[in-house]
Order: sequence, then C-alpha cells, then structure tokens
Amino acid sequence: MFRNLMAGVAVSLLLANSSVFAAEDRVVDVVAPFEITGLDPAKSGDVFLRMRIVETLVEADAQGNPVPALAKQWTVSEDGKTWTFTLQPNVRFHDGSALMAEAVASALNIARAKPGLLSKAPIEAITAEGEAVVKITLSKPFAPLLPFLAESRAQILAPASYAGADVKSIIGSGPFKLTKLEAPQSLAVERFDGYWGAKPEIEQARYLSVSRAETRALMAESGDADYVFNLDPASRTRLAKSDKVKLISVSIPRSVLIKLNAGHAFLSDVKAREALSLAIDREGLATAILRYPAAATQLFPPSLGIWHDASLSPLSYDPEKAEGLLASLGWKKGADGILVKDGKRFALTLTTYPDRPELPLLAAVLQEQWKEIGVEVTINSTNSSEIPARHQNGTLELGLMARNFALVPDPIGTMLSDYGPTGGDWGAMNWTNASFQQALDGLTRIADASQGETLRHQAVAAIQADLPVIPVAWYQQTVAVSPKLEKAAIDPFERTFGLETMRWGK
Amino acid sequence: MRMILNRLLQAVLVAFTVGLLTFIMIRLLPGDVAYRIAAGRYGYDVVDSAAAAKVAAELDLNRPAIEAFGLWLYDLVRLDLGTSLVSGEPVWDELVMQLGHTLQLAVSAILLSLLIGPLLGILAGLNRGGFLDRGLMLVSTALRALPQFVVGLGLIVIFGLMLNLLPTAGHAHGSHLVLPAFTLALGLAAVSAQVARDAMAEVAQSQFYRFARTKGLPEWQVFRRHGLRNVAVPIVTYLGVQFIYLVEGVVVVETLFAWPGIGHALVHAIFGRDVPVIQGAALVMGLMFVVLNAAVDGFCYIIDPRRRDA
Repeated sequence: MFRNLMAGVAVSLLLANSSVFAAEDRVVDVVAPFEITGLDPAKSGDVFLRMRIVETLVEADAQGNPVPALAKQWTVSEDGKTWTFTLQPNVRFHDGSALMAEAVASALNIARAKPGLLSKAPIEAITAEGEAVVKITLSKPFAPLLPFLAESRAQILAPASYAGADVKSIIGSGPFKLTKLEAPQSLAVERFDGYWGAKPEIEQARYLSVSRAETRALMAESGDADYVFNLDPASRTRLAKSDKVKLISVSIPRSVLIKLNAGHAFLSDVKAREALSLAIDREGLATAILRYPAAATQLFPPSLGIWHDASLSPLSYDPEKAEGLLASLGWKKGADGILVKDGKRFALTLTTYPDRPELPLLAAVLQEQWKEIGVEVTINSTNSSEIPARHQNGTLELGLMARNFALVPDPIGTMLSDYGPTGGDWGAMNWTNASFQQALDGLTRIADASQGETLRHQAVAAIQADLPVIPVAWYQQTVAVSPKLEKAAIDPFERTFGLETMRWGK
Repeated sequence: MRMILNRLLQAVLVAFTVGLLTFIMIRLLPGDVAYRIAAGRYGYDVVDSAAAAKVAAELDLNRPAIEAFGLWLYDLVRLDLGTSLVSGEPVWDELVMQLGHTLQLAVSAILLSLLIGPLLGILAGLNRGGFLDRGLMLVSTALRALPQFVVGLGLIVIFGLMLNLLPTAGHAHGSHLVLPAFTLALGLAAVSAQVARDAMAEVAQSQFYRFARTKGLPEWQVFRRHGLRNVAVPIVTYLGVQFIYLVEGVVVVETLFAWPGIGHALVHAIFGRDVPVIQGAALVMGLMFVVLNAAVDGFCYIIDPRRRDA
C-alpha cells in the first residue's frame, strides 16, 4: 500500500517539476493586491483598465489633464449643458464589432445607474447622434464631466458584453484582449492586433492578485513576477538593496488626513485646529513609520499637478507656537500637563482603523506629539465604517484616515462629495467657508483652464487656512520591476500598469 | 451500515452547528455590515453612507437576526447556499472551484507527509536513541512549534530565492503546488514521524517481533509481515486528528502562496462580511472534516482485521 502511495507522490512531483517556470517566458507577469471581485466595471473595472483591456472616452495626461481616448474630440455648448463627443474612427472591439455611438451611450447609461462617480453627475440624458457622435445633456453646467468619464467604472464595453444591465463578459477595445479569467485571482491577456491606436510591443501578460505584501515582494525578488505593484515599507527597504529588481516610486494623490469635527466646542476655533496641526512633526512621522520622506505640506502632493500649489506656504512644525495659540484661547496647563479650561480637560478621541496597518501606528505617534502641547488623545482603532457612521451621528471628534483623491485624474468629484456645503463622510465636518464654496461652485461651471487654476488654488488655500482636515502625509506608490523590462513606469493616477509602453530588453 | 448512519447524523449536526456559530460570530464582529459589503464590492474609496444604505436596502440587511438565520436554514435544507453578497455569483459555483484547488493542495500535502513522516519515524523507531532518532525529535518538534506562516516563508526564501528552484507563489503551473504542499506536509509529517517512531519502537520491543527475528527472517520480511500493519494503524488514526491542523493550515498557506482555494476565499469573505460565502466555506470545511474522518475509519477497518471481528 505504501508503495502505491509513494509511486503516486513521485509521479505527481515529476509532473510538477517538468512544467516550465514562469517569468522565463516572454509573458509579463503583473502582481498586485487587487482581487477581481466580478466582471461588473463598478466592481473590478479598475483591473481591466489597468491591464488595458478596456478604454474610456477620455484619458488623462501625466498632469491629470483630460486627453482624447475613445472620444477623438469634444465640444460643449455655450450654456455648458450639452456636451458633444465625436468618437475615434475605425475602432473595433475584441469581438470584431465596430465602436458605434449607440453602444457607447448604452454602456454609459448602464454605468451611471450603478455606484460610481458618473451616478453623481447632473446628467439628464446620454444619447447617440448617428454613428459617431454621443451627446450628453446636463441639468446644469458641470465642468468635471471629463474626468468623470475617465473613471474606470465608465469603461466602454461591446454590446455583446451585456445581458440587460449585467455584464457577462469583458469585451473591450483596448490594446490587449482578455484570453483567460479566473476570478478572483488571475487573468491573462494578449496583444489585440486590431487595435486602433499605437500597437504595444508586449505580446502577452498575466495578472495575479496576491494579497500578502511579503509574498508580492518575494515574487519580485525571485523573478517570478516582472511588475509588482504596492510594496510594504519593510520590503521596499530590503529590495532597494537588491540588484534583482528595479524600484520605481511616485507620490500618489492619496493623503493621510486628520478629520476634525469643527462643530466640537474645543475645535470650533480655527486657532485650536492650527495648534493641533503645528504640533505634528510630519517629517519625523513619515520617515519613521512610512519610511519615505512623505510629509504633507498641503492637501495634495506635487504629482497632482493641477491641484498642487507650489506657492502656498507649507504646513509647519512649531510646538511652541501651538502652545501659544492654545493659551490665547484660554487653555491653561493642569497638574498633569494636560490643558484645562472652565474645568474641562482638553481630551479628545481619535478614531482610526487598521485596514491600512500604518494608521494605528501613526495615531500612536500623534498621541505622543499632542501630549507635548497638553492635548490628551485616546485612540480608538476600530472598523473603518465607524468614521462615516460617527460623522453621520455627529459624535466624531478626530478621525485619522487615508483618502484617495484620484479615483479620476481630477479630484474635483471627491472634493465635491467630501467638502461640499454639508461636509462629507471622508471630508469636512461642520465646516463651511464661503470662499471655498464659491471656488468649488465655479469649478463645476467653468471649463477654462487658467480660470480653473485660480479657482483650484483658491480652494486649496481655504483648506490650508481653515484646516477642516489636517493633512499629515502623502502616500508613495512603489513598484518593483524586473531589470529585463524596459520603459516600465508608474502612473500616479493608477490607471495603467504601463503594459502598452513597456518592452523586453534585448 | 450503522457507522454510515452515525456519520450522516454527525454531518447534519456539524452543518447546523457551523451555520449557527458562524452566524452568531458574524453578528458579533464590530462595524457596520453594509459598509463592509459595499467596500468589498466597490472598493474602500467609493464607500460612503449613501452606498452603504443602498447595499443595506438591496440585501434587506436590517431584518431581524432570527428571521435571517431561519431563511439560511431553509435554503440549506433545499441545498441552496445562496449567492455571494460581493461578487453576485452563486456560492455553490464559487465553492466548487475553490474546493478543487484546496483538495489538490490538501491531498498532495497528506501524500507528501506520508512519504516523509512515517518513513523517517519507522527508521528512527528501529534504532531507538540513535543519531536519526534524536535528530528527528529535534526537527519535528521545531517544525510543529513553528507557525505555518514562518515555515512557508522559510521555504520560499530557500527554494524560491536562494536556490531559485521553485516558483514562490501563484497557481499557473503544477510547480506552484510544490511549496505550499510541502509547507503543510512538513507540519503533518512532524507529527506522523513521532507517532510512527513510538509505534515502531513499541512493536520492535514486542515479543512477536523479536520472535520473528529470532527465527531468522530477514529484517525486511520481519517488518513487512509483522511491523507494517501494526505501525500503520496509529499513523492512519492520528491522521484523522491532524485534519484539524490541515483545515487551519490551508487558510494560512493559501493566503501566503496566493492559492485560490477555500481558505483564501474564507479570509476575504470575512473582510467583506460576505455572509453566504463564510457560511458556505465553513460548512464545506466542516463536512470535509467529517468525510475525511470517515475515510480514516474505513481505512483502519481495512488495515486492522481485529476491528472487522468486533
């Protein structure tokens, strides 16, 4: 009996060893943490877009400005309520069918009925005009429509992909077509020879979702993966010393923020919020915990070119000034070093969540730094849903969170939902500022580039002055790339892994 | 016959208990279920109160707990595990695919462990106190004490990085199976080696074994006729106990090696509060335990003729 078992094991081992190992072939192995939770673009549309299987009407350039993709050009009517998009000619989907205006309108109408930014735009109708023109009618002028159309959830699939509003297969028009899908973990693509645009040099690629950061780093180091997305700080430090991989980093429009309840008695005066901000040693915090120089000097990092204002005076570290500000508000140090006013201690609860493992660590350091100026903070590291929940019931005091501003290349959509007149779950709480609202309102109406820049700077300056949230750090995205791959890059807007531009070294 | 009936009853009890326990535990987890499901579906970055409210309304999450549990039981009786709250696919379809991967991993691990553990154990047992015996004791104790996570990482570093012999993680080729199966097998082998060693040592001391030697049979024949069956019974019986280790092991090992099995799915389902998938996966793992134990009983029945008479 044992002999039979042994023979079985031996055969299976032999079979296993005879197969060819990955990464020696000419297939680009991409590894990232994102699971493919479903075919619906509302769920994992970003993976299909990053692998360049699907496309959107509008793309973004390196600064985040809208550029043509499936839409060759667009015009907007004088009243700003009608947008007309002319489609690229000779575009074919992977099933061979031609891109028609009817299909685009139908795909967008299905997308806007599901969660995603498009559902938040004031769209009245999306219709096809003939074969190559799509018309979008709005109930009021809305300049951010272009970045909204660039969201992965607004991807255009072939009519054969849909069964009613459900997506049953991914038939896109991108430079790569899907050849195999094993949800939730992997997919494979090959170059689509009928692509309308510039043809990529890479012929085949695979995507694998690996949730553990240690495993991803080891896959990069062993050469099993050629493009590894999202490395943890410890692995990054280790891989930086290795000659087996190249590391590429960019700061991305995802910021660590402290959300403050501006309606709270202790925090309603802007001087109190400024004091909390001045007490934070951002550089020390970022280097010690995030392990890269990522101290935030304002809400948006420089990689978000159109929203970063280089002329804005940076958020600084000055605990003495912080103490002075709090003293001017009538706070006096008690026996234990904690500030007291009218018999009340300056004690607050900081709510955070461990989904991003660095957040509770950052919270602990903040707790220490605030104690220096006499502010006592209790950390409540709980479920991430508690921040929106406590925002809604008004009990939140301080919240430490990470916010992604680049769901689309222009964060105006996120700004509207987070910092609108009534605040937002992941943004301001009990805060209003007339100059900010005016700027945001202008941005939804005015499409002119230079006027837009002035308004964006006005909005960012208002947040910097009023601090409805305190920016702490900017995240940095790091990828590990095989030295065999040339022209590999990292997109700060996380729209592509760059398969369409990379190539194998000679 | 009676044994099969007993096992069936056991399976039904396991199904009910697993269902009830997972149900209660999910209810006790902190945080708002609707938020977690919405985050699992659409990603953290688009989840706000509006999206969560939409999910809660769509899935009728606010109905009383007892009613929800009753519905689940009713569906279970009809062999319907429902659909995943995150992916929208039928839970049964997802489980069948994942179970295939997990069984592949688990069976390979068991076979590998049987190849390593008992062999070394028997050799050690035949030479009690020898170099092999003492070395095996040390290594098997160390392996059993180390978490699988550490063993797995160690194997990746040795075979994936230093020797560059095997791929580190993934599931595209057959070779991807080797390291995760080996990780699980080492833990299993550590125990079965000890069991085999003790059993062999005891058998080797017994009068019948010594008599067989005395009458001049070659060592191999003595072992084959008088040792093998006697040693095999405790090893196979212990295997049944070790399945618990296997069930907990697949959860860790699958996550570490990105193996698309049921343990990996369970972890993600818990994060996304995907209740039907959690219940389905726990149920299948519970039943797998019952089936494997039944198989062990059957196996022992074949090996040990004394049981047949009883």
